[in-house]
Amino acid sequence: MAEKKKNENQSETLKKVLCYIKHYRWYLILSLLFAVVTVAATLYIPVLTGEAIDHIIDKGLVEFSAVFAILIKIAVIIAVTAVAQWLMNVCNNKITYEVIQDIRREAFEKLQILPLKFIDGHSHGELVSRIIADVDQFADGLLMGFSQLFTGVITILGTLLFMLSINVKITLVVVLITPVSLFVASFIAKRTYTMFHLQSSIRGEQTALINEMIENQKVVQAFSKEADVLEHFDEINERLGKASLQATFFSSLTNPSTRFVNSLVYTGVGLAGAFCAINGIITVGQLSCFLSYANQYTKPFNEISGVITELQNALACAERIFNLIEEEPQVPEASDAAELNNVSGNVELKQVYFSYTSDKKLIEDFNLKVAPGQRVAIVGPTGCGKTTIINLLMRFYDVDSGSIQVEGKDIQNVTRRSLRGSYGMVLQETWLKAGTIRENLIMGKPDATEEEMIEAAKAAHAHSFIKRLPHGYDTVIGEEGGSLSTGQKQLLCIARVMLCLPPMLILDEATSSIDTRTEMKIQNAFAKMMKGRTSFIVAHRLSTIQEADIILVMKDGKIMEQGNHQELLAKGGFYAQLYNSQFAV
Amino acid sequence: MKKLLVYLKDYKKESILAPLFKMLEASFELIVPLVVTAIIDVGIAGRDSGYILKMCLVMVALGLIGLACSVTAQYFAAKAAVGFGTQVRHHLFSHIQTFSFSEIDKAGTATLITRMTSDINQVQSGVNMVLRLFLRSPFIVFGAMIMAFTIDVKAALIFVVTIPLLSVVVFGIMAVSIPLYKKVQERLDRVLGITRENLTGVRVIRAFHKEEEEKSRFEESLQSLTGMQNHVGRISAFMNPVTYIIINAGIIALLYIGAFQVDTGTLTQGEVVALVNYMSQILVELIKLANLIITITKAVACGNRIESILEMKSSMPVENSGKKESEAASRINNGEQSGNQKRVDSEYMVEFSHVGLTYQGAGAESLTDIDFKVKKGETIGIIGGTGCGKTSLVHLIPRFYDATAGEVKINGQNVKDYPLEELRQMVGIVMQKAVLFQGTIRENLCWGKEDATEEELYQALETAQAREVVEGKDGKLDAPVEQGGKNFSGGQRQRLTIARALVRKPKILILDDSASALDYATDARLRKAIREMDGNPTVFIVSQRTSSIQHADKIIVLDDGEMTGIGTHEQLLENCEVYREIYESQYKKH
Repeated sequence: MAEKKKNENQSETLKKVLCYIKHYRWYLILSLLFAVVTVAATLYIPVLTGEAIDHIIDKGLVEFSAVFAILIKIAVIIAVTAVAQWLMNVCNNKITYEVIQDIRREAFEKLQILPLKFIDGHSHGELVSRIIADVDQFADGLLMGFSQLFTGVITILGTLLFMLSINVKITLVVVLITPVSLFVASFIAKRTYTMFHLQSSIRGEQTALINEMIENQKVVQAFSKEADVLEHFDEINERLGKASLQATFFSSLTNPSTRFVNSLVYTGVGLAGAFCAINGIITVGQLSCFLSYANQYTKPFNEISGVITELQNALACAERIFNLIEEEPQVPEASDAAELNNVSGNVELKQVYFSYTSDKKLIEDFNLKVAPGQRVAIVGPTGCGKTTIINLLMRFYDVDSGSIQVEGKDIQNVTRRSLRGSYGMVLQETWLKAGTIRENLIMGKPDATEEEMIEAAKAAHAHSFIKRLPHGYDTVIGEEGGSLSTGQKQLLCIARVMLCLPPMLILDEATSSIDTRTEMKIQNAFAKMMKGRTSFIVAHRLSTIQEADIILVMKDGKIMEQGNHQELLAKGGFYAQLYNSQFAV
Repeated sequence: MKKLLVYLKDYKKESILAPLFKMLEASFELIVPLVVTAIIDVGIAGRDSGYILKMCLVMVALGLIGLACSVTAQYFAAKAAVGFGTQVRHHLFSHIQTFSFSEIDKAGTATLITRMTSDINQVQSGVNMVLRLFLRSPFIVFGAMIMAFTIDVKAALIFVVTIPLLSVVVFGIMAVSIPLYKKVQERLDRVLGITRENLTGVRVIRAFHKEEEEKSRFEESLQSLTGMQNHVGRISAFMNPVTYIIINAGIIALLYIGAFQVDTGTLTQGEVVALVNYMSQILVELIKLANLIITITKAVACGNRIESILEMKSSMPVENSGKKESEAASRINNGEQSGNQKRVDSEYMVEFSHVGLTYQGAGAESLTDIDFKVKKGETIGIIGGTGCGKTSLVHLIPRFYDATAGEVKINGQNVKDYPLEELRQMVGIVMQKAVLFQGTIRENLCWGKEDATEEELYQALETAQAREVVEGKDGKLDAPVEQGGKNFSGGQRQRLTIARALVRKPKILILDDSASALDYATDARLRKAIREMDGNPTVFIVSQRTSSIQHADKIIVLDDGEMTGIGTHEQLLENCEVYREIYESQYKKH
């Protein structure tokens, strides 16, 4: 049953693969055509060589004119083969690389419209490996594997045909002995499987240790534990060495064994051929032709078993990629979605219900009305789901029911672009893209002038450290901000928002990695920025919270209380409890 | 790559025997065409079935001997390659461990991990392939030529022309395409980088509505990758057709000359067949060689990357204090502390005299002219803004980095004159990031002191306010710790890491912002307990909270890498504006 389902999946996947190749069908057809030409010509040459040899019999028994005619024929065929082979390679490359490009493009474009729910729910490393490693393996495995399989099969068929046309009995010898080599190969593969399994599990253990120790090497050094760690490492390393030796050695027996079987085939052909030659059934030239076929014929057999595993592997990779590409995208924008203009900061949440998974209810019947210029502080213990509110406001996630309105318009009916453009957002995880500081700062306002940019950087207290970097604003920072400290990255994120100053703000623990003194300076800038702007602040500092117009108190993903500081303290509920425990000195 | 091969030296015997046996196998393979010649010229020409049968048995025998040789060779090759891999892994790992913080920062942990894992695996299988095939293939190529000479000199000359020609083509195409493959890899890395960036930054990208821009950026990197791939592909696509032409041109030439030679009686028909066989053998082996070269190139590239890590010298070479190191080792072995007696006992535990620190590759100093002295048993608070150099300062004490100006002294002696191990033995440091290792709580705590008794452990836990953490776990001290300490909360991890540093009863204890996840009350209890610890350690507390350091004997205020104030809480409130600002920002509104 499972097997059947797997097969169905595979053929389903294969169909999709063909869809991608369809655009390049002419290349594919050409490639196949060239493959047939190449194989046929390659196989024809031994026949011609054999014929030539038959004209070179003995002293004084050489028919020069016939030999020369054959030699010219060989030369022409070689030329044809070479050209066909080159063109086949070029076609294959073209198909492979273009298909890779198409799939990657499609996957990447998909990433841009996938709901955040999907991206948050998958490890980034895994998604990256689907788009990079899986696509590569798929293309190499499937397309190269396919062309190998194709040439392999026609080589076998072609050889059989040529051999049969010369002599049936000798062909039988070849056909009967060849399967032995397949049998030997699969026998060895089965025996080595468990050895490889052991090797990879020890390897996994070692990788885990390497990860742990190298990532935390500073601690290892602080405790002078290098020797102990090395000892532990060596113990695993030694076990790995033993397992590897077994796996490597036994698996490497395949080649010599099949080669031995091949030599049996060769001898068989030699024996049968020689007897036939004595009886004049075949000529010496034909014998030499058979011998060279005996060499060629067994080769594709040995390769095919490898190719088939590779193909299956490639299909598995393809399936992972297609799963990504076919993932349900976010709800598309309505065609009549309005642009959100002249936002003054009216935000209203009406009977909002939301949960990440259907079995765990989170936000239920949440109502909130925010007037322009008001400050909303979201507080609660770590991990209480404060970012959920941000996810909903920015429409990173859609509400399950109810509505969120900005300026009286349901945000599901306005363009994402204009909605998100109305908010300036600084998140706890500081994200910067690889590029220059400048590129990062002007992200929200690409046409900003130099002065505007520097002013924003100064307002965020980032100017002084930027100035000290080797190339100032043109310093290239690596992926994820590279060498900058978390605090510095946060300052840059703040400057980024300071520069474009949208009508509403979302600040998620925006200053958690900044020391209090710098924070105080930034707070002034923030205060200036927040003036007249509706702001949502995930906060843990007392001053921010006390000054907020509305405080949302959250716990376990749910909104527990709502009100201003005085009201909530007077209520003596969860907020009061939190306040007393967290801020008591 | 060359330097890596040193690690094969323990496997000299295997590394020589493996290719040797491979060559032996190849020689038997080279005899086969001669046997076939004999069958044709003697057996078929003389219609001698007995002879043919005998010769075929010889061929089977050759095959069997070949098999035996080959299996032996595979064994030695596997042994040498695996042994080599094991050695490289060991050396690389222990080398990485000698890296000071500067080198770790520079190389990056992700890179180091890749070098340790997949790169070494690639090199290992590369070595294996080389031992198995790299000599075999050229041997068959040249062996075929030599065999041709034994048959007929004139015909053999064709081999003399063909082989160099083939080599030029094969290696020429390789030489051109290999650097290009590197470029392909670089461009693929860029595609990968953009993908990863778009996942981690998805919220920001969507918030700023940069999807279209990112798409075109990705498309651009894709195009440049595909362009390069096609370019390289076209060049390497020449390999097979061109070699094919050369080999077959060789065969045509053989038949042509063979025709004349047979006509004059210099050659027999069977010998022409043998010559043609030898020529075809060359092609098969050359194709193998070409594929092998690709594997080798990859392996060499990995090898070079590994080597570049091995070549990174620790900026704190052990040789500096090598002699003292060995003395110290012997002292430790004797279980004596005589070393300390030799040294002049200083009044000051820690002295910084005009210390400056510039990180590698950084434009400006991170610490400038730091100058202070600390008496034994004093508690020092260090406070200042983000990136002001607080962590850098304390990292100079256990010599994680070397001061680039001035001197850091412990007990009157420059830290550079201590053997590293002894120096770090004296210092207990708790870092910002609370890291626990996979194992048990006990194993983690014993990092501080290997032979710590249960009592010592509990004492340290008590001081670190972590006793309840341990008692709340099944198995107490033997409760398991998952990788990265995932099964403990941030605050629990922090307290356990503090306990770990306390177990060794350090002379100098450094708490680098390590109470940030603790509430004020626990933080206060912790500081009190540390003050009351026996052994009277000198304590450095780095913090952003004034409350954590205000009772310190001395507080150092750092601003932008410089000391803007030093003194007690009261003194600083009086005369240090920066300190006052910090204090007020935290207290005014409460």
